[in-house]
Amino acid sequence: MDGVRIIQVKENILADNDKEAEKLREHLRRQHTFLLNLMSSPGSGKTTLILRTIEQLRNEFEIGVMEADIDSTVDAEKITAVGIPAVQLCTGGLCHLDSAMTAEGLKSMDAENLDLIIIENVGNLVCPAEFDTGAVKSAMILSLPEGDDKPLKYPLMFSKCAALLLNKIDYMGIADFDSEAVKKRVYSLNPSINIFEVCAKTGEGVEAWTNWLRNEIKNWIQP
Amino acid sequence: MHELSIMQNVLDIVLEYGHHNNAVRVYRINLAIGELSGIVPDWVQRYFDMISAGTMAENAIINIEKIPAKIKCLSCGSETVIQSVFTEFSCCKCKSMEVQIISGSEFNIESIEVS
Repeated sequence: MDGVRIIQVKENILADNDKEAEKLREHLRRQHTFLLNLMSSPGSGKTTLILRTIEQLRNEFEIGVMEADIDSTVDAEKITAVGIPAVQLCTGGLCHLDSAMTAEGLKSMDAENLDLIIIENVGNLVCPAEFDTGAVKSAMILSLPEGDDKPLKYPLMFSKCAALLLNKIDYMGIADFDSEAVKKRVYSLNPSINIFEVCAKTGEGVEAWTNWLRNEIKNWIQP
Repeated sequence: MHELSIMQNVLDIVLEYGHHNNAVRVYRINLAIGELSGIVPDWVQRYFDMISAGTMAENAIINIEKIPAKIKCLSCGSETVIQSVFTEFSCCKCKSMEVQIISGSEFNIESIEVS
C-alpha cells in the first residue's frame, strides 16, 4: 500500500483505574481510614455479615458503609437503621465499582473521621474482581447453597481476596457442599487467603472474622 | 469481560490519533495485551468491527502481541514467567510466595498504520 505510515501511540487503556486506585489507597493511608471491599454473588449474605461486623466492632472503630446496587436503597436503609452512616450508590446497570466511583462515593461520607469503611460491592462473582476499587483489602463470601464448584468456575475473585467467608454453615448437611474440597481449591489459587466458616444470621463463627479484620485495621491505621 | 467498552476506548484513541495525524484510513492497529488482563482476543476484533463501521478505522485489522505474565520475587529478586493465570504465583528459584506482578496486566495500543 502506498503512503502507509506508522503512528506510535503507546497508550495503556487499563492504566487509569489502577493508577487511581493506588492514589486512593495512599490518600486513605494518610487519612488513617481502612477501606474493605466485600464481594459475592447476590444473596450470599453481604449485608447481614456487615451488620454482624458492625455489631462486634462499633465500640472500637468509627464505621461507615458504601452500598452499591443496580437500583434501590434497601441495603443502605438496613445500615442506617442501626445508626451507622451509609451511602447508596445506584449504578444504573454497571455491574461493578471502580476506583473513580468509590472516590466519588467517599465524598458523600465523612470519610476523614471514619476508621473503617466497608464497600458492599454489586452482587456478582465475575466483574467486581477485575476492578481495583482502591480498597486496602478485598474479602468475599461464598454461601453453602451456592455450591462447592464456584472456585473452579470463577477463579479470579477467589485469587484476589485476602479473606473468604463460607457463609450459611447452618446449611451443612442440607446443601451439597464439600468444605474440604472448597478449601483445597481456594488454597491452590491463593495460598495466603484466610478462610472463615460462619453463619452471619446467627453470628456463629463471626468473631474469628472480626478478630482478623480488627488486626488488619490496626495495622493500617496505626503502623 | 468488558471487551466492548474497552474497544470503544480503543476506537476513540485510534480516531483521535488518526485525525491528529491527518489520516484518511486506518489499516492496522497494533495492540499489546497482557496475559493477566482477562481480555479474550477473539472478541477484540469482533467488537471493533461492530463499532468502527462508518469511521476511518472501519475494516482495520487488529494485531495482538501477547505480553507474558511475569512476577518478581521480593525475597531473591528472580523473575518468573507465569504459564497459566490461575496457577500459584511463586518464585521459580526459591519458591517464595512474596512476589510482585511486574507485567501481564497491560492493554496497550502500541501503534496504528494509516494513510
